[in-house]
Formats: sequence, structure tokens, C-alpha cells
Amino acid sequence: MYRSHVLVCGGTGCTSSGSAQIIDTLEKELKRNGLENEIKVIKTGCFGLCALGPIMVVYPEGAFYSMVRPEDIPEIVSEHLLKGRIVTRLLYQETVEADTIKSLNHTDFYRKQMRVALKNCGVIDPENINEYIAYDGYQALGKVLTEMAPAEVIEEIKKSGLRGRGGAGFPTGLKWSFAAKYEDDQKYVCCNADEGDPGAFMDRSILEGDPNVVIEAMAIAGYAIGASQGYVYIRAEYPIAVKRLTIAINEAREMGFLGKDIFGTGFDFDLDIRLGAGAFVCGEETALMTSIEGHRGEPRPRPPFPAEKGLFQKPSVLNNVETYANIPQIILKGADWFNQIGTEKSKGTKVFALGGKINNTGLVEVPMGTTLRTIVEEIGGGIPGGKKFKAAQTGGPSGGCIPAEHLDVPIDYDNLLAIGSMMGSGGLIVMDEDTCMVDIAKFFLEFTVDESCGKCTPCRIGTKRMYEILDKISKGKAHVEDLDRLDKLAQYIKDNALCGLGQTAPNPVLSTIRYFRDEYLAHIVDKRCPAGVCKELMNYYIDEQKCKGCTLCARNCPVGAISGNIKEPHIIDRSKCIKCGACMEKCKFGAIEKH
Amino acid sequence: MEMVNIKINGLPLSVPKGSTILEAARQAGIEIPTLCFLRDINEIGACRICVVEVKGARSLVASCVYPVNEGMEVFTNSARVQESRKTTLELILSDHEKNCLFCVRSGNCELQKLAQEYGLSDPTAWAGETNRYEIDDSATHMWRNNNKCILCRRCAAVCEKNQAVGVIGANDRGFKTHIGCAFELDLAQTPCVSCGQCITVCPVGAIGEKDDGPKVTAALRDPEKYVVVQAAPSIRATLGEEFGLPVGSNVEGKMAAALRRLGFDKVFDTDFGADLTIMEEANELVERVQNGGKLPMITSCSPGWINFCEMYYPDMLDNLSSCKSPQQMFGAVIKTWYAKKENLDPKNIVSVSVMPCTAKKYEIGREDQSAAGVPDLDITITTRELARLIRAAGIDFANLPDEEFDTPLGIASGAGHIFGATGGVMEAALRTAYETITGEKAGSLEWKEVRGTEGVKEASYKVGALTVNVAVASGLSNARKVLDAVKSGEKDYTFIEIMACPGGCVNGGGQPIQPASVRNFTDLKALRAKALYEEDAGMDLRKSHENPAIQELYRDFLEKPGSHVAHEVLHTSYKARKRYTV
Amino acid sequence: MKSLAELQALRDKMKSSIGIRDDDQASIRVVVGMATCGIAAGARPVLAAFTEEVAKRQLNNVAVGQTGCIGICQYEPVVEVFMPGQEKVTYVKMTAEKAARVVSDHLVNGNVVTEYTIGANAK
Repeated sequence: MYRSHVLVCGGTGCTSSGSAQIIDTLEKELKRNGLENEIKVIKTGCFGLCALGPIMVVYPEGAFYSMVRPEDIPEIVSEHLLKGRIVTRLLYQETVEADTIKSLNHTDFYRKQMRVALKNCGVIDPENINEYIAYDGYQALGKVLTEMAPAEVIEEIKKSGLRGRGGAGFPTGLKWSFAAKYEDDQKYVCCNADEGDPGAFMDRSILEGDPNVVIEAMAIAGYAIGASQGYVYIRAEYPIAVKRLTIAINEAREMGFLGKDIFGTGFDFDLDIRLGAGAFVCGEETALMTSIEGHRGEPRPRPPFPAEKGLFQKPSVLNNVETYANIPQIILKGADWFNQIGTEKSKGTKVFALGGKINNTGLVEVPMGTTLRTIVEEIGGGIPGGKKFKAAQTGGPSGGCIPAEHLDVPIDYDNLLAIGSMMGSGGLIVMDEDTCMVDIAKFFLEFTVDESCGKCTPCRIGTKRMYEILDKISKGKAHVEDLDRLDKLAQYIKDNALCGLGQTAPNPVLSTIRYFRDEYLAHIVDKRCPAGVCKELMNYYIDEQKCKGCTLCARNCPVGAISGNIKEPHIIDRSKCIKCGACMEKCKFGAIEKH
Repeated sequence: MEMVNIKINGLPLSVPKGSTILEAARQAGIEIPTLCFLRDINEIGACRICVVEVKGARSLVASCVYPVNEGMEVFTNSARVQESRKTTLELILSDHEKNCLFCVRSGNCELQKLAQEYGLSDPTAWAGETNRYEIDDSATHMWRNNNKCILCRRCAAVCEKNQAVGVIGANDRGFKTHIGCAFELDLAQTPCVSCGQCITVCPVGAIGEKDDGPKVTAALRDPEKYVVVQAAPSIRATLGEEFGLPVGSNVEGKMAAALRRLGFDKVFDTDFGADLTIMEEANELVERVQNGGKLPMITSCSPGWINFCEMYYPDMLDNLSSCKSPQQMFGAVIKTWYAKKENLDPKNIVSVSVMPCTAKKYEIGREDQSAAGVPDLDITITTRELARLIRAAGIDFANLPDEEFDTPLGIASGAGHIFGATGGVMEAALRTAYETITGEKAGSLEWKEVRGTEGVKEASYKVGALTVNVAVASGLSNARKVLDAVKSGEKDYTFIEIMACPGGCVNGGGQPIQPASVRNFTDLKALRAKALYEEDAGMDLRKSHENPAIQELYRDFLEKPGSHVAHEVLHTSYKARKRYTV
Repeated sequence: MKSLAELQALRDKMKSSIGIRDDDQASIRVVVGMATCGIAAGARPVLAAFTEEVAKRQLNNVAVGQTGCIGICQYEPVVEVFMPGQEKVTYVKMTAEKAARVVSDHLVNGNVVTEYTIGANAK
């Protein structure tokens, strides 16, 4: 029996900031102090506050240590774990109060969040199925198998109002009912863990922090539609998630939650993992299935829809990881509990991966209908350096940019579509005033061009041509007509591409043109980048008044573009300047400007 | 049949349930353009040229794969559709090597035709970066030029689905997507069987046969050379298509006339070689059956099939008949018996064949194919190459008189003619084997069970006291099914005919290229085969062993089927080959 | 896993081992003095006993923690019990056996074990 639990985040974020070494050091120190039988170290999934990693929480006190370094460990062990004196200096400062510590749940970052899909992340040991069971794991599966008919399960999910969390927001219950309708000797349940939007890591975190929830939900889906086999399609770049999911599947098999005659009800269900090679397009449902079948991952035309002819041409259901993570709780707490969370047409919560120009980068889960302002300013802790909010990008390469004027729009599927973006899988990238919107559009389009599967003409060649026009704009080589051509091509691709990814590829461009047309025109007409990002459109100048002739800039210029005599104003030779900005960084007198 | 009611361009229409919009539109007399669509083979909705507007749908849909449903309203010609198709074409052309004047497919190019129909006028529309690829001409029989490829994937689909070979497919992705071999190997390093099916389905000039026409011209111009030509059974059923005649026209007489006008010294008929093949093959079958030889015996006429067997089923090489193909037997006879008879030096003979086949270009270079110490055959050209030679020589093909082949190697039986269709070799062999084994005439000469264009046909015949189980497969994916069934013990056949190309030689990789708009709605294989079966039905001489020229050849030279000299001249051997040579 | 009942039994067993992490639920805090003096006087077995007893009885509302030197080294091991709305109770010269009784009498039934308190011992 352990008197204290130390939870160390083993998510990918904290792992890459060194949490494995923290655990090592911790275990050594505990042993040195003879505490190994009193204190338990648990490697958990993501806590969400990735910006503060590596993260370590000590229970029963709930002391939240952030940005832990290996050299802090001996002190934490000897003072806190041995003697019970919390090392306040090393805590996340927001949790420190005069004579006590504040629970993590009462900090700004967590207070406005509501953890449903992430319920167990950062709470349990994902490599120990017993911890999942302790938090009601597999109760929902037991309930549906022993107390509910498949149709009742589908009805419950329909009633909950749950919609697909992978992006498009299709009602999950409806999807299941379609697949249930088709009779066949074999059906399949698939899980889309091929998260590919730049900056998105919701699904990875769930699989790393709570893999059993996905297994349980897939078994429930299997029961509901009449499938006995499931596949989790997960990108190979998620090694921790793959490892934990593999452990979880094996444990679930050993415990009898997978396999034959589950809960003695005669229901058989098993799961296998299929690794994706990281192609973005394999997140598209038909491409994902084509890839599982062993072919080059490319979308195929619909109809027939996967509910009728999906994986191996059999009726199939595909849901995303986060969607599945909601299922067991809907079954246990009831559809009515779930459908009271959120907005009229978007129920429940949504997990966002918060990134970009924001203080608290990390993973957040909020009720649908939370405003962007709440997420950015309160949970996200605002923008660093007191800069101004310019836009937020949601929906990844299929989404769009939301400008400041829409900060107070309650976020749900339909509202985001109405303002030219989309929910997407949940990447949320915050941009400040230093961001160039042409550059952002170019970034996302470059991603699409790179990741296009190359099957259909509009996406293969069309997005490339769009990119080329954007490139011209960002270099000041475009004409006003190019904006019309860009728009024409964008509409054409939306209308003609084969799959959803192709059809939505122009969205980042269309939404930035919609809200930041002036910025495009500045590039095209004035040959100027207002945010000072597009290299070709800006130049560095030395202010003669301010320059003291210290020669520091000239000495730091990598290409020898700066000349001038000591104690006299220097000048930059623009024909040589590569616009690296080294001079501006070094100048102690603020004499170098760019515009 | 269950029908659904739809409207196309406002026109009410009742069409079978499950039809695609493309099919329904055809019924209404509306031709929707396609590029990637090949019925049953490549239904991938990739090129997007066939898009139409469906009322209520968010985006345009690909009519080639979109099924109709009750009450659907479709618009095939709205401005939105027209502009989209035009943009699609412009985008394709923005990354296409547009040197049409020098393209082998000029005038027979599906993209060129569409560009004209849609009135494209700006050659620089959407101009930007273009992909540049090296031409892969490593294989003996063909080249691939990705600079012209529009990525319709029709080639990859026939290779994988029809032929179960799959040596070409999409590599890389996005704008860099291109058709290539695994690990970007050259085609010659892969287990390509040289069937040429990819060439016949390419809508543009991205794949073509190696043109051996110039070699033929050079030989004809050389006064020292004695140039003989043979034309395969199926050529007479297809050559007319190259000159605007309807599919299925038998142009045997005009073909002989054209070959003569091209300047060949002798114009012979491969059908004679086919009859000879039957003599040897029927004898071999009888021998194997009676003496406990390796069964089932499998035909060896199709060099694409031989390549496939050597690379994919090396454990079944002993099942192959040791007979050379009709082309090679014919070539061997010309350079041995005929040369001696006519007092010609075999080294001075240039023996040319016109074949439906690109694998023949590989076959002529095989080992153990030189009965006279020189290659049995020197040059082989496809139907398409012959048509080009005829056009270049200014011969008005359609208005040529009918002429006969030269004798004696131009005399053939009906059994030889039907070699060009799937099941033909089987039927021809049965006609002879039946009489050889039973010593009596068969009741009917038509063995209908082995006719038709299905991929696999089976029949069981009583031949005297024997029960002969036969199977006929065309298309290598079908061959695979039959071979696997034999290997697993599931099937027990005596004799199997395998043709590499679906439908047999009439649909060979060297045959005239018909656009998808024809292929999708016409059964080319059946129409072309019909011409051969009709010719056979109208003949008195319908059995190979009754061919007087064949009888003369055995009397004079070969003694009897399966004799030592017959083996020296007419038989060959096979060996297992590695699939990838890296 | 052959029945739901079996699963529920397993859950209840597992819950006790991780209840410690539910810091919002715990209303009763048991704090063991674990400075050098406390440890020297045998505070560790006491702490272990509390942890085990609390877990065994599935007292999800009890958090067992430790603290530094309370300043009455002669009475170590010292344990303080905080219950909502009540005065702090300080037990002194604790042992593992005494701990078990404090759990059953005080934490479960609400009766302070007066004989172990600092008041009784200081006399």
C-alpha cells in the first residue's frame, strides 16, 4: 500500500521535454531514501499544460510541480516525499497560495475546462488496466452487453447528440444505425487515429493517456452494429500511443474484454492495430480503409458509403479517437447527461490542441459553445509579449482563420462553418499581429500540396497552381487579376475534388481572403507585407540618426552587406542583404529597422 | 428490372436501378466525357472530367461512378459543369508535354479530342511548374513517357486487375505523383510480362509499343533480302478498325493485298503455323494422356502467358506444352524447309510477323528459338505498326481488292483462324485430338462450351473411353485462378488453354486502340472474335490435320507429329526466371 | 471477465488503491509528522499503517499526508487529524497499532481516542 502517488506526465510533449529522465531520477532517489515501497510513481498521459512540461503531481496533496528538472528531484524527494514539506518554489506558481496550495482544478487553465474525453488523462496509469477499471472502466461495455439491445445502444448515442470529433461532425448514432442496417457475414469497426493536422495532438493524447477507453467504445460500437472485428489505424509517428494501445489491447484480451464470449454473453469482438505511414490523406475515411486493406492510401468515390461497403467491401463504421472517448460515459451517465452539455446542435465537449502565439500551449477540453475568447484569453492565458490577437486558425488545412471580430462566437460545428472555418479535429492555432495572413494561407496550402494523394486532378494540379499564385503574391509579383484567378481556382477545387480533404483544401485561402483582403491587396498593389513577414517584400535600413558606428552589425552580417567607418553611420547594401535579421538583433541602439 | 425515375437536363427518364449517371445519360442520348473511367476495371472517379451537377448536392459529382436514385435531377451541361470541365482540362494540360504533332497518338488521343471539343484556346492557362521525367524504354516491347501521362491510372488498373501483375502503379504523391515501378526501377527490371494491355488502354501518348516499322521498311528496301511476312489469325479481324471500318470487320483479303503492295516477297498466313501447332500439340496431349505424362497440359502459344508462368508459376513449367508458338513454328519452317525448297540462304531471309501482341517482341529473342541456326523470326510488328506502314505507303486500304495469301504457307484451316479468340486453340486441338484418339469423326465441329468471352470456361468431354476435363482462361488474373485451383487440388484438368490477354489475341496488346468511349459500351472482344468464328463456319477445311499444306510438310520434312525432326524444329524449352532483377 | 458483478467487485477493490489521487473529495486530512525527529521515533510505520487502514476501509474522503517537524519532538511520532468544522486533534507517541484504532474509532465513527491525544499524554 502506497501512501503517496507521484504522477509524472508521460505524454509525448513531456517525454520530449525529458520526463523519462525525471522518472529515472525519481526512482533512484526514492530508493536511496528507502521510500520505494511507500511512494508509487505513475507514468500518466497528458495533463494538458504542455507548455509547463515536464509535469509532476504529488498526491494526496495534489501538489503540481511544473517544468521539473532532474536536479530538482533530490530536493522534492527529501523535503516533500520524505518529510512532507512541499517545495513551493518548484510548484506551478498559480497553485501557490499563502499557506496552502490550490487544487489544479481551480487554476485558470483548468477551471473553465470540462474533462469528458480526457477524463482519465493525467489521472491513471495508461499501462495498467486496473486503474482504468477503478475509474469505472468497462462498466459501460458490461452494461450494453447485459442490459441493452444493439438498437437501444444506437438510440442512446443518437439521443446524446454526439457528433463526429474528427472534423465533419456527422451524427455518430446515425452513422452506426446505417452500418447496423446492412446485413453481412462480416462487418468492421474502425478507429481513426491518423491525426494529421499540423499542431493537432488530441487523439494522440487520449491514446497515450487512456487507451482502454477507445477499446471499450469500439467493442460497444461492434455490439451495436454487429461487428466482431475492429481496427485501429494509427500513425507510426505515435510510438508511445502505439505501445500503450498494444499493452491495453493485450490486457483487455487477458481480462476478457476482448475475444470470445465477452461477459459470458456470447458476444465476440477483437481488435488489431494497423500502422499508417503518416500520409495526411489516410485520415480520410475511404483512404484509411484502402490503406488498411494494404493498398496505397487513396480516397475512393462515395457512394457506396462505408456503412454499406467499407473496409474490405463490408459494412463498416469509422469513428475518430475522441468520438470514441465519449461513448462509455454516455452509456453510463445517460444521453440526457451528455446532451445537456454544449449548444443546441453540438453536444458535449471538444478537445483542442492549443498552439501558436499563446501562453498556455497544450491540450484543453471545453464544453461546446465556449467562446474563442475564453479559450484564448482565460484558459490559454493570452498572447505572449502583450501582442494583439489577430486570428485563430481552426480545422487545420481544411479550416480557416477566425478574425478578432468573431472572438465571441460560441464555438460549435455550425457556427464555425458559418464564419468560414470548421471544427476540424481540434487544432487551434493562435496568431498575433506579427503574423502575415498571406504567409499563413501559403503555409497551409503548401501542406495540402505536399500531402495531396495525387489521385484527382483538382487537388493534384489545382492546389499546386493555387500555391504558385500565392507564392507570387507573397513575393510582390502578382497582379490584381491573380486574386480573381485564385478565387476561381479555389471555388473550382471545392466543387470538383474527389474527397473531403481536396474539397476543403482551399478553405485557408478563402477565409483569409474573406477577412484580410486588404492584406492581400497590400502585397499585390503596394508590394508591401504589413506584418513584415514576407521576406521578398521588406528591407532592412539603418537609421543614420541612431547609428553610432559601433560596427557590431557589420561584424555580424553573414554576407558582408553592411559597410561604414567606425563611429560613422553604416549602410546596408540591399543587393547583398539576405534579410536574415542578424544586424537588427545585435544593434544596441535600435538603429536598424525593417519595412 | 427495377427502374428509377430521374431527370437529366429536365428530360424525364426511367433507367435501371443501379445505373450510373453516365449510363443513364447515354440512354438519353447525352455523351458525358470520360478520361479515367474504364468499366469494371478502373472505376475510380479520379480525373473529374465527367462531373455533373446533381440538384441538392453540395459539390459536383463524378457521373462515371455515381449511381442514380429515385427523383434525382441531373444537369450535364450547366455553366458550372462546363466551366469545371474546362478548368480540369486546362489543369491537366498545364502539366502535359504538348508536342502533339510528334506524338504517336495524335489523332487518336482522348485528351486531344476533348481539348478540341471544349474549345480550349489558351496554351498557357494555369501555367506553372511542370514535371519532367525520363522516358523508360528499358523493356523490349514498349516505352513509357510520363511527360504525357495524365494519371488516369487505366494502365495500372489493367496491369493489376486484369493481369494480376501490377508492375506499374502510382509513385510519390501530390503534384509529383507519377506512374512508375516499385522503387522506381526500370520496367525491364520488373516481372512485366510484356502483354501490352497498358498500351491499349492509355488515353494519351504516355505508353506505346517499340516501333519496329522502320526495321521492316529497311528490310523491304534492301534488294539483297528475301522478305516474307506472316499475319496472325486475329489481325484480319482488327486491322480494318485502323482504317475506319466497323469493329469486327474481317479484312483478310485487303490485308493480303496491302502486305503485297508494301513489297513483301511472300505474304503468308500464321494460321498455317496455328494448324502446325495443333498437329504437334494434339499429339503431345495424346502422348501425355496415354503415357502418363505431366497433366494438365497447358498451351504455350501466348508469350505473355509464358513470361507469366516462368516468373510467377515456375513450379508449373513442366505442365507447359513444349510446342513453340505458331509464329515461331512458322518462322522455323520458313528458314528450314521452305528455304531449302526455294533454294534460299536462311541468312538472307528476313522473316516478319504481324502480331496482335507486344510480348512477341520479347519472344523472338528467346533462347532455343533458332531451328536453322539463325533466329526463327527477325522482326515482329503489331497491328498498329502495320497500319502505320500502310498509311505511310499511301495505300488506300479501305478500297483495296481482296487478294489471297501465297501458297503453300498461306493455306490454313478454320481451326487455325479461331486461334485468335479465347477458346480457339482448345477447340482446334479438340477437333484434331478427338479424331486422333477415337479414329472417328466428331459429331459436331463446334465445341461451344469453350467459346465466349468469359474469363474462365470449363467443360468435360467424352473422347472415346477417356473423359477430358478442359479449362480455358484468358487474362492473367483468370489464369491465376485456374492455376491456383489446380495447385490446391481443387480442380483436376487434362488440358488448359491460357491466353495472357482477356478475350485472347483479338484483344491483344498490339491491337488497334479504341477509346474508352467505345471500350466501355462495346464488347470489343466478342465482336472481333465473331469475325473469326464466322470465317471458320463458312469453310470446308476446318481441321488442322486435314490442311493439305500441313500434310505435305509432314510428308516432305517433318515425318510425323512428335518426330525427332519435329522436335528439333518446332519445340522449345522454358526456365524459371527471377521476378525482380535489381 | 464473466459478469458485470465480477467487474464491479474488481473496480471497488482497485478504487481504494487510487483514491489518494482524488484530492477534491477528501474532507478529512491525516497528517503524520515526518521530520528527522519523527522518522527517528518511528513515524514511517505509523504513516504506512494509516495509509493501509484507510485504503482497506475504502475511506475515499480521507487523505493521508505527511508534514515536517511539528515542534514537539519529545512526543513523536505525532499525527494530526483535521476534520471539517472541528478542532484539530493531535495524537502523540503513535504506533501502527494505535493508528489502526484511530482509524476505526475516530475517522470512521467520529470518536476521538482521547487516551492517545497530546492532552492525555502531557498530564
